Amino acid sequence: MKTISLQKPDVQFIREVRERSGQEPSHCYQCGNCTAGCPYNFAYDIPVSRIMRLLQLGRREEILQSKSLWLCATCQSCTTRCPNRIDVARVMDVLRHMAREAGYATERNVKAFGDAFLESVEKHGRVYEVGILATYVRKTGRFWTDVELAPRMLPKGKLSLKPHTIQGAEHIARIFRRYRGEPDPVAKNGGEKK
Amino acid sequence: MSQRIGYYPGCSGAGTSMEYDASTRAVCARLGLALQEVPDWSCCGSTPAHTVDHVLSAALSARNLELAAEAGLETVTTPCPSCLANLRVAGHKMEKEGFRNQVKALLETECASLATVKSTLQVLLEDVGPEAVKAKVVRPLSKLRVACYYGCIMNRPPEVMQFDDPEHPMSMDTLLEACGAEVLPFPLKVECCGAAAGMPRKDIVTELSGRLLDVAAGMGVDAIVTACPLCQMNLDLRQGQVNSARGTSHAIPVFYFTQLMGLAMGLSSSEMGISKLAVDPKPCLEQAGVL
Repeated sequence: MKTISLQKPDVQFIREVRERSGQEPSHCYQCGNCTAGCPYNFAYDIPVSRIMRLLQLGRREEILQSKSLWLCATCQSCTTRCPNRIDVARVMDVLRHMAREAGYATERNVKAFGDAFLESVEKHGRVYEVGILATYVRKTGRFWTDVELAPRMLPKGKLSLKPHTIQGAEHIARIFRRYRGEPDPVAKNGGEKK
Repeated sequence: MSQRIGYYPGCSGAGTSMEYDASTRAVCARLGLALQEVPDWSCCGSTPAHTVDHVLSAALSARNLELAAEAGLETVTTPCPSCLANLRVAGHKMEKEGFRNQVKALLETECASLATVKSTLQVLLEDVGPEAVKAKVVRPLSKLRVACYYGCIMNRPPEVMQFDDPEHPMSMDTLLEACGAEVLPFPLKVECCGAAAGMPRKDIVTELSGRLLDVAAGMGVDAIVTACPLCQMNLDLRQGQVNSARGTSHAIPVFYFTQLMGLAMGLSSSEMGISKLAVDPKPCLEQAGVL
């Protein structure tokens, strides 16, 4: 059985999660309602209630290396049913942000799919499904993903082979660049950041 | 009802759920709701954006709420629960000034005015109402036994969505009953179908959508009725993948609620995009007398 040392809790980690999520982890009394209702529990390596407990104990590494963070679909079951009104799904989201920032991606394909999706939005302003699939295959090498669905979709005209680019696409691209803190190539002042 | 309502189709409305978009527009028109598309709307960022950063996610959503407000649209409706969740969460979080300022910095706009957002389900129930729907029905769905499946985020979390019951929503049940269908009590109406895991973790979708199909089949339904493009795709387009993974042989048609409403109100099956569905819906609709 895996044991967890309770020495030296990472207090800074607890504080950061508290600030970024706006939630108070110590309010969790381990009733297990979140785990009981979690549709993803069968696929998780750490159940959501145990993640909350590990968070109270300041176990940064165990949490950020968990697969569960990447599998949570934000279905809001945990948040809706928490008797202490903790927005658990938001805590999971924030932990996933922190895992990503720390360079962890324990479900690599889930990250690749999300990245491919956002690249498409940044480029066109709207989602371009065929482009997402192409980027996803390039990132993961999984050529056969969903390939059997194409003959069902293409004749129905449900997969556009051209992107739906909008007038404001450049505005969207600027939102992404500003988010990443990159200089704006079109700005006269050299992309001054707030 | 003469009030103009902004319309946010969402990206899948232009592709994988084009029949949801078409049937939504046609049903609203038939019921006297004047929808006006949000000019130059952009993607809300869906799940990938909020899993990366909450400010980025809110900025992608808020751009649309601002464009709508600038076009004089106080209320925007969207048929897609994922868009709905993102747009509503953005509005909710931006009530806090600190968060709002971070979003403004990414958007380079003032966000002085933002439209409010409601699901199309909410607008049809509250602004039109089941009685007005019933009055338009010319071909009642009286022989159709259906399970209404709302998906996980249409009504949750309740503090943000502020519509219907987060555990036992009834809005879709009510609208379909008004169209004459027999709506069976579906115990998994807010369980997750596996969401966007289809591509990266198909095993998760086949398990979760498989459970939904098993329970619906056990109830003896003729069809499942959905309100979410991703739920519909997982249950319908991926039904073959589910069957292969679980050794089942389900062939349950999965409709958008607007498609069945439209058929009941006399709109044609081509207008409702019935041929876009993966599992053949014809036998079920013929038996119901609406095809």
